[in-house]
Amino acid sequence: MMPADQPVLLGVLESGATATENSAEETHATAIAISGLHKSFGSQVVLNGTNLNVASGETLAVLGRSGTGKSVLLKLIIGLQKPDSGSIRIHGQEITRLDLDAMNELRKQMGFLFQHAALYDSLTVEQNIAFPLKRHTQMTESQQRARVQELLASVGMERDLQKMPSDLSGGMQKRVGLARALALEPAILLLDEPTAGLDPITSGEIDQLILKLQKEYDMASIVVTHDLLGAKTIADRIALLHDGNVLIEGSFAELEESRDEFVSEFLKRDS
Amino acid sequence: MEVAGNVGMGFSPPVYPDARHPTTPMSSTLTSVWSPAYRFLEWFGDLGFFASQVLRSAVRRPFEGRELLRQLDDIGSRSFPLVALAGAAIGAVLALETRSSLVQFGAKSMLPAAIVFSIIHETGPVMTGLIVCGRVGAGIGAELGSMKVSEQIDAIEASGVNPYKFLAFTRILACILMLPLLTLAADFSGVMVGWIANTLVEPISFQKFIHQGLAGTSFNDFLAPTFRTAVFGLIIGMIGCFQGMRTQGGTAGVGRSATSSVVLSSLFVILADVILVKLILVFFS
Repeated sequence: MMPADQPVLLGVLESGATATENSAEETHATAIAISGLHKSFGSQVVLNGTNLNVASGETLAVLGRSGTGKSVLLKLIIGLQKPDSGSIRIHGQEITRLDLDAMNELRKQMGFLFQHAALYDSLTVEQNIAFPLKRHTQMTESQQRARVQELLASVGMERDLQKMPSDLSGGMQKRVGLARALALEPAILLLDEPTAGLDPITSGEIDQLILKLQKEYDMASIVVTHDLLGAKTIADRIALLHDGNVLIEGSFAELEESRDEFVSEFLKRDS
Repeated sequence: MEVAGNVGMGFSPPVYPDARHPTTPMSSTLTSVWSPAYRFLEWFGDLGFFASQVLRSAVRRPFEGRELLRQLDDIGSRSFPLVALAGAAIGAVLALETRSSLVQFGAKSMLPAAIVFSIIHETGPVMTGLIVCGRVGAGIGAELGSMKVSEQIDAIEASGVNPYKFLAFTRILACILMLPLLTLAADFSGVMVGWIANTLVEPISFQKFIHQGLAGTSFNDFLAPTFRTAVFGLIIGMIGCFQGMRTQGGTAGVGRSATSSVVLSSLFVILADVILVKLILVFFS
């Protein structure tokens, strides 16, 4: 829930609260609805009643200091970790109480780009991207090959089909990871620090690529990032996590107008 | 125990280093005993939970046949040369060492039986188990550990694939299926080289060697020791996968997982051997 001493956030979080009321119309418009999410590791409280909503086709960038639970938030959404309490709804379906089979079905609608790409290092680029296709589709070998080619072309890597992940640079690994995340044409894309560890030029290329793919696939996306410029480029809205809660949420311009000390400091330090 | 203050010389009570957690000889002893015991029990509990997850995933579709075949090849075919070589060495050593002892007691004619019985009953299965602990246990622990720290296991799960089935069950089943076959290979090469080593000193036909070696043995003498290695396979696969999939702490953690996989699986293979030998003696003798 919103801290009482953050009046600047009122308008933003009110919209979050209404989205969780789950009227049929809102359920269809809201791809991801998170309310009252709590997660702790031992005595360390990471998320303390977080509320967030992402509409279909919308991109939300989640910013915050290191260790504020940004990556944990993504892992909770895709079910890699379980929340202590709270609700996560994907297209209206509550996922915190789903069994493994139901969760796996739902995961087919979600793509996840890990911070370090997490490519399977014993498989080639082609095999990495074909991995979800082999498991979740009835495609023939030739259809899979064509789909892999198409995905690699969309991330500008069509010539690197037979390379191993260890032969790729950090930026190339992110591109392949992105292609793998898009293999099943997900309705939701979760990106964990897509430009972390990359030089500014490559970061810009990855941002442009994400923008292009978002237009192409019309997905709801959550991008966790430290890169303020990247967030400004690719996100429709930005949420700033602080002390386990969303401190402020809105457009980049709205964040810049905020008089909150932490928000100003964060934007100043990161710009 | 570190106690500040002059105990017994004045009226002031002893001052402990941390007043909230006073340390006495009794509590210190209890802590030193309880802490490792607690960790051991916790490890067993986690292993039990892991085994139940693997078991539950085993009955769900898809059955990951292609990955199982890959693991059968990796664990079985690639361990074959090492196991066969070790079996051959054991056969040669047994033939050379046992001969002198049996000659001393005038029981030279018992040499084929001593070699065959020793290899099939104990040396072959245990040696195969320990070699596979080293080669496969370390490999599984390091591979899965590396996948864990680089988030590849999370990536598999995030793509809607059950890692307990895709990574763990396939490896464990491959270990269970391949250990008896590898044991047969070790037994065969041990007996063959035992015969060759024996023949070099005192020529004997292979047919006669085998005939004398198997005299007085039944099919059960051969079957139970060989198939007890399936239990060794279960232990090696389960511990390797468990240690690998719970890896923490980067590359150092991967090293620890590989080492602990070998150490723990070797330890449990030896313990299981003692228990299984007793059971085999009770039920098959």
